Formats: sequence, C-alpha cells, structure tokens
Amino acid sequence: MKRKHRRLLAVSVALGLFALATALVLNALNSSGALAFFATPTDLEQKPPPPERRIRLGGLVETGSVKRAADGRSLDFRITDGKSTVPVTYDIANGPVPDLFREGQGVVVEGKLGSGGIFRADTLLAKHDERYMPPEVAEALKRSGHWQGEHPPATEAKP
Amino acid sequence: MIAELGHFSLALALMLALVQSVAPLVGAARGNLGLMALGGATAIAQFALVALAFAVLAHAYVISDFSLATVAENSHSTKPLLYKITGVWGNHEGSMVLWVLILSLFGAAVAWFGTSLPPDLRARVLAVQGMIGAAFLAFILFTSNPFLRLSPAPLDGQGMNPVLQDIGLAIHPPFLYLGYVGFSVAFAFAVAALIEGRVDAAWARWVRPWTLAAWCALTIGIALGSWWAYYTLGWGGWWYWDPVENASFMPWLVGTALLHSAIVVEKRDALKTWTILLAILTFALSLIGTFLVRSGVLVSVHAFAVDPARGAFILVLLAVAIGGPLILYAIRAPSFQGGGLFAPISREGALILNNLVLTVCTFTVFVGTLWPLFLDAMGGGKISVGYPFFDWTFVPLSVLLLVAVPLGPLLGWKRGDLLAALQRLMVAAGAALVVAVAVAAIASPAHALATAGLALAAWIGFGDLSEWAERVQLLRVPLRTSLARARHLPRGAYGMTLAHLGVAITVAGIAASAWDQERIEIMHPGESLAISGYAARLDKVEPIQGPNYTADRATFTVTREGALVATMRPERRLFTVQRVPTTFTAIHSDLLSDFYVVLGESDGKGGWTVRIYEKPLVPWIWLGCGVMALGGMVSLSDRRWRVGAAVRSRRATAAAAGD
Repeated sequence: MKRKHRRLLAVSVALGLFALATALVLNALNSSGALAFFATPTDLEQKPPPPERRIRLGGLVETGSVKRAADGRSLDFRITDGKSTVPVTYDIANGPVPDLFREGQGVVVEGKLGSGGIFRADTLLAKHDERYMPPEVAEALKRSGHWQGEHPPATEAKP
Repeated sequence: MIAELGHFSLALALMLALVQSVAPLVGAARGNLGLMALGGATAIAQFALVALAFAVLAHAYVISDFSLATVAENSHSTKPLLYKITGVWGNHEGSMVLWVLILSLFGAAVAWFGTSLPPDLRARVLAVQGMIGAAFLAFILFTSNPFLRLSPAPLDGQGMNPVLQDIGLAIHPPFLYLGYVGFSVAFAFAVAALIEGRVDAAWARWVRPWTLAAWCALTIGIALGSWWAYYTLGWGGWWYWDPVENASFMPWLVGTALLHSAIVVEKRDALKTWTILLAILTFALSLIGTFLVRSGVLVSVHAFAVDPARGAFILVLLAVAIGGPLILYAIRAPSFQGGGLFAPISREGALILNNLVLTVCTFTVFVGTLWPLFLDAMGGGKISVGYPFFDWTFVPLSVLLLVAVPLGPLLGWKRGDLLAALQRLMVAAGAALVVAVAVAAIASPAHALATAGLALAAWIGFGDLSEWAERVQLLRVPLRTSLARARHLPRGAYGMTLAHLGVAITVAGIAASAWDQERIEIMHPGESLAISGYAARLDKVEPIQGPNYTADRATFTVTREGALVATMRPERRLFTVQRVPTTFTAIHSDLLSDFYVVLGESDGKGGWTVRIYEKPLVPWIWLGCGVMALGGMVSLSDRRWRVGAAVRSRRATAAAAGD
C-alpha cells in the first residue's frame, strides 16, 4: 500500500470517527436529560420553562421553610432570590442531603418544574465551604438586589 | 523572617528561570557550549530555590505562623500535624507552589539524567522547561503569593475545610501534579524537536519514559481522587463527570494516546509529527486542567480559588503556551520525513486506531466540559452538562476502543494477520461468552448493558493473558521452556500485559456498579435492616470527641446468615472551628464487594437517617487503576530506559525478542 493511500485511509478513518463523535455529541446536547439550564426563582415565575426541560435552580434556602417528611424520604423547602420564591421537593433517594445544606444559605438544585409549580429536584448541591458560593447563585442574587454581603461571593473572595 | 527567605527564594527562582529560558536557546543556536551548559546549572539551582521556598511554607504551617495570610486562612493550631503539612497544598497559593516545585524537579531531573542527550537538544528542552517555570513563578509572585503577611496577625487560623482533612484527598494532588507537570517534559521535548526540525528514535526513547512516569502518577492521582469522592461524600458514587474530574481525565486520555504513539516512533520511526502534536496537546490539556480548577470558571465544588485576575493571567499563559507551539508546529511539521511504511492491518494501524479513538473520546469530554463556558460567552445562557451527556458520547466511543484492546498486540508490525489474531483470541471470546451467559442467567434483562460490560472485561482480560501465553508458547512447548521464555520476556512486555489487565479489571468494576443495592431508612438503636443477604443492626449511637471535632458515632453489627461479617462505625462529625458537619462513612470491603454505611441526620426523636449500600466489584475500579499504574512502572523499569545504557545494541536485542 502506497504512502498516499495509507494516509488517505487514516484520514478517512479519523474523519469517520470524528463525524460519529460529533453526531453523538449533538444528539446528547439536544436531548433533555443531559443539559440543565440555570434559572433563578424570578426566571421561573416570569417565563415558566417547558415541563420536560431540566433546570438548575439557584438561590437561598428560605429561612423557616425546610420540612422533612416523616418517613425521612423527602425534603421540602423553598428557594428564594428575594423577589420570587419556588417550592422545592427533593427525594433523598437521589443522594443524601449535603452536610452544608442549611436555611439562609446558598443552594443549587437540579430537576424539573412539576405540576402545581412545585420544583421536583433530583440533585441538591450546597455550598462546599463557608467561603464558597456557586458563582451563578451569587450573580443571580446580585441581579435581583438581594445580595446582603454577609456571604461574600466566591468571585470576591480575597486572594 | 523565615517567610521572607521563602519569598526571596521564589523571586530568585524566577530570575533563574528567565535565564534558563533564554541562555540555552541562544547557546544552542550559536553552538556555544558554555551557554548551553547554563541550562542545566540554572535548572538545578531553580529546583533548590523552589524546594527551599516550599520548605519555608511547610514550616510556617507546622509552627502555625498565622502572620502569613494563607496559613491564617487555611490552618488552625489544633489541626493534626499531618493535615498541617498536607494543608500546604490544600489551598490555591500552596498548591501552585507545589506545582512549580514538581516542575522544577522535572527540570532538574532532565539536567541530571540528560547528560547523554545531544547537548543542543538538552539545552532546548531545558529552555522550554525554563519558560514554563518562569510563567508559573510569575503567576505565583504576582497573583497568588503565599508569603503575604497579615498585620496584626490573628491569634488563631480560620481552619481548613473539613472535607479536605482526609488522607486520600491530602495525597491525591501531589500525584495529579506529578502527572500534569510530568507531561511538561514530553512537551518540552516536542517543542525542542520542532525548533531543531528533527525527530529520531533517540528522541522517542527519551520521551517515552518521561511520559510513562507522568502517566503512572496521573493514573494513581485520578484513582485516589475518585476513591476519595467515593468514601467521603457518602453518595457511594465514584465518578461524577465533574469539570475538575474531567480536567484530570482529558490529559490522561491524550497522555495514554501519546504513550502508545511514542512506541511507533521508537520502533518504526513513523507517526513522528502526530506524536509531537499529542505531546503538545497533552500538556495543553494539563494546563487547561489547571485553568479549570484554579480560575473557577466552571461551577464546581473544587474551585477553592476564584479570582478573575488569576483567570486572566492563566488565560494569557494558556494562549502563549498552546498557541506558540501549535504555530511552530504548523510551520515545521510538514518538513519532517515520514517513516516506515505499514499496512492498515498491522500493529501500527492498531495503535493509530487507539490514538484516534482516544483523541475523539477526549474531544467529547472537552465539549461536555467546556460547552457551558462557550454558551455563556456566546450569550446563550447558563447551563450545566450532566452525566447523561457523557454516557451517550464518551461511553460508546470508548467501547469501540476497548473491544480492540486485545487485538492490537497480536498483530505484527508492518503487516498483521487479522484472522490469525482472532483465532488466538478464541479463548478470550469463549470466556466472554461464558461470562455473558452466566450473568444473563441470574441477572434481569434490564441489566443487559452491564452484562455486556462484564463480558467485555473478560474479553480484554483473557485476550491480554492469551497474548502473554502466546509469547511464552504456553502448553505448546514443555513447561520448562515456557518458564524460561517468561523469564526472558522484556519488562516492557510485562508492563503492557499488566496495564491491559488493569483496564479489564476497571471495566469489570464499572460494569458491575449496575447491581448496586441501596437502602435509606430512619433507624432506631436495636433495629435491623436487610440488604442483599446481609442484615445490619444499629446497636447504638454515642457522642465521641476527636482531636478537632466532636462526633456522633454509630455502631452497626453486620451479619450474613447469622454469621458476623463486620462491626462498622460510621460517624457524623462536627468540626469545632468551622461548625461544619461532615459524614464519615464506614466501608467494609472484601475485594469482591463493598458494604457501605452512612450515618445521616438525627430526627431528634431517637431515630437516625441511615444509608446502606452493597456494591459488588466496586473495589475493582481502583484496583484496576493500581494494576495499570503498576504496569506502567514495570515497563519503566525496563533496561532499555536505563540512563546511560548502551542503547543501540539493546534495541536490537529487544527487537529480536519480538517486542
């Protein structure tokens, strides 16, 4: 086999694999399960997303809103950005409640907006330490004017 | 005053790195041996200075010198000594010093061991290393100085994130950095080759061991990180496709490709320009990994330093470090001579397939990791990419490669016989079939994919062992002859056998995770919970006092058919300084499965949320990684890589042995 042919074969295999990968990537990016769109409670109130869309909802856990189901299987609370509030229910079969989940603190949940405006979360992320705030939450809180400054945003943490 | 000594050493190291990046280059261009020799001297001196700075910083942590801002922010006088030391790199500033320490260590190693290299190649390699060192030292001094003082100094520190106070996490960054930074050697060799316009077998013989060493360290680092996440987060998960995990996984994937393509350069003098490109990409992805973790551009729990100024600095650094060599590559690569010819079905062809699939796999991980960043920059809104993306892209592509793993080594160089290779894999195919049938008989049809995964693992594992049996002609010649052959196989061959066996073990562990069992209940002392044949009884929950935390400790008695399996004590710790609760899981492993108990919150009425998992084969995931890294190390110990050996004659012997 000539060098030219060999190279042609290698290039076509490479292109074929690349095309396959691109097809897989595009397919995955278009399916509803793989991507989650970040939203704040205000966003959800103003423009309710289609029910099949995965949402990553960020804000503060409203003080006094956390209730645990008697059987310990789900956790109900409300997420607020100061303007709007969204009720959330989290099924703990999806994973334990993070140790840092607390009222009045930043939180990010992922899931879908269910019937009755209740957000059904299957992922629950809390700040990982005292100084860390998910940047998207910090930004959203700033935009809504609810920034209190008591928990400095990660982007302003001192060097 | 001691801290100022460290600060001064870093500044001096920067100056030396600047000399190291210019003088040897000029020397090599002019044929001036004196200037070229300066590269080695400055590299060693730079290492000594950075080591001094690191020691000073470690000293400050050990004596709890809270006049240093980083120590005050990240340490505490009551912290155990071990975590005071590991805390040096548990934060942004210290971890960057560790990065540079390892970089300068590699630079010094090239200077020490590189005496048999052609002087101009050695000079250029050291110059490139010097440039990387200078960039990172400047980054530390100007944006992340660990030696900044606080006045007045606080009485005590703010303490370390309790999640970081763990031995698995404490030792995983040094391994990751050894891997990331180790690839800088291959990168420096690639850039030096582009400057020289020449790549030969000697070049590949040099690049391979360094790449191998970096790859082993990165494998261990990733496995440790994954293991840490597994036992510490209390989810029982071991891989989350988190951006930071991906950041270490991408250099590993391309590094694995580099490892394989360098074989072709060395043995067959082909794929030279491709190997250079891979060397550049591997280190580029290591830098991007650093960028992703350090700049916090992506939402991630790992981003403990989030500062746009640093991000901008690293972005410029990335543009220069990746763009520069790629431009050089575009100019120089076409002038490289192509090497030996080979048929598509051949060892070379199989290695090309390996490289292409690994590259394409990396591409999908890259897109999945950076897509949110790209979309946000384009004003498309903030999104996150979850694990289903990777399940649908990376996984099918990698299966393509895994199926081919046992085939490659059975094909000959230049021209292989696919049919003969397949015939030699009859045993492996049989083993895969037996596994598939046996598992399908007891598993539900819902687990068809996982069953296929186990069969794939058997195919790789037995295919790999068949290749070894083929080499020693097991059962075809008298056993004594086989043993003699086995003794004389080069270590490189054993390295490959082990590494591929490790892949099989890891694949089995991953596939078996489909059979994980999980139960979550509120339990009161005295109650029992049954899960996959085991019974776990909660005996008691008692408060205990740790060195810098208080905890509730539960005692579980785990039995199977009445026989005691283990007594397990998961804890829920509250670190006194930060007032942060953390879970401390209890895991009982018998290497075939893990029994995993997590103590959750109390309901205030004497009940505790308890999570229990039974995870078959999960230890194999890390065991396999360990075997892969062991394979790399065995290969590394091959005589051919020994420094200063009379290489040429040995190569001839190795080739004769059919390696």
